[in-house]
Amino acid sequence: MKIAFPVAGSDLSAVLDARFGRAQRFLIVDSDNDTFELLENGSNVDASQGAGIQSAQLVIASGAKALVSSHCGPKAFKVFQVAGIPVLQAPVASIAQLLAKFKAGELEAMTGPDNAGHMG
Amino acid sequence: MKIAVASGKGGTGKTTFSVALVLANRDRARIVDCDVEEPNAHLFLGGPEPVVETVRASIPVVDGDLCTACGACVDFCQYNALALAGSGGLLVFPELCHDCGGCIRICPNNALTEGPVSRGTIETKIIGGDLELVTGRLEVGSPSAPTVIRAAIARAPLLERETTILDAPPGTACSFAACMLAADHCLLVTDPTPFGLHDLALAIEAIREMSKPFSVVINRSLGPDDLASVFCRDQGYAVAMRIAESREIAQACSQGKTLLDAIPGIGQDLRDLLDAILETRATEVSG
Repeated sequence: MKIAFPVAGSDLSAVLDARFGRAQRFLIVDSDNDTFELLENGSNVDASQGAGIQSAQLVIASGAKALVSSHCGPKAFKVFQVAGIPVLQAPVASIAQLLAKFKAGELEAMTGPDNAGHMG
Repeated sequence: MKIAVASGKGGTGKTTFSVALVLANRDRARIVDCDVEEPNAHLFLGGPEPVVETVRASIPVVDGDLCTACGACVDFCQYNALALAGSGGLLVFPELCHDCGGCIRICPNNALTEGPVSRGTIETKIIGGDLELVTGRLEVGSPSAPTVIRAAIARAPLLERETTILDAPPGTACSFAACMLAADHCLLVTDPTPFGLHDLALAIEAIREMSKPFSVVINRSLGPDDLASVFCRDQGYAVAMRIAESREIAQACSQGKTLLDAIPGIGQDLRDLLDAILETRATEVSG
């Protein structure tokens, strides 16, 4: 199963980026064999608005079936919700550590956005 | 004839000047407050309770049966107001939509239609039986100031007047442009500070892109050799009027009074100013 992590680094030692919509890139990890690919977040880093929405679409299009993130705003959360993809809340830690937590079933799905969203 | 009173920098005296200009010319001018995020001309003009109309805009509504989730609209939208949610289909975020209508036009499957949403209000009133004030007011949380500005400017006049004064929003972004595009002449109000001058230059750059005639009003002027005056002289920009820095004006404004109350004789100057703009315009049109 593919899982997406917002990161600034580029491998499993990278630390989870506390930002979702404006993260540098996403690490898409296959939890079955611990292989990963990198997905650049491109222009969304500097989008004037709707960065979370764009990033959510990028993650969904990658084939990921879950997102692990520290935070998720209302618009991105809605996109994930409609797409049927859970947002698993996690503290800022290395992706390797979080992957272990995921496999152990220790990451819980958020039931709603955890901030009020940002305009601009 | 529409005359926009704009600045660039906020707080240079756009509304102070616009209000005085329309009061001095109330027999031949009306005023539209286009600073829709925080309109304030009504504070100085008073008058009866206004008639309020809702400004509606068209946002896309998705027909799930026709949408093939091709993503053409998502790619087109510059404001990220549309999103493909995997198997969940297409989502619309009205709070990000700028009402351009582009997605509806480009959809290859005609799956998007126009649905109305409220963006703000237009308040209209006649003060003292002969002065018309139109106020655009953006709804809190709405992203689309230009929609309300254009609607306020397009509002059918209640009184027949040859001139409409547009009290423009500050800045040089979309709201400013929406106002300037409707104008035949721009009066740029500046103060003689480095900040005022910096933003005046930006405003002039934007106005030149639109090929609009303009002249400069120097408010709180420190004399013929202050920063703004020297700048205009060096650049060859016309100075339409200079209002001297004065404690009396500041006091009058803080009490809700106008320039006409604070400066004896300025009423005639403001009539002469409008005459000059109208004459120039007549020459331009016939020439």
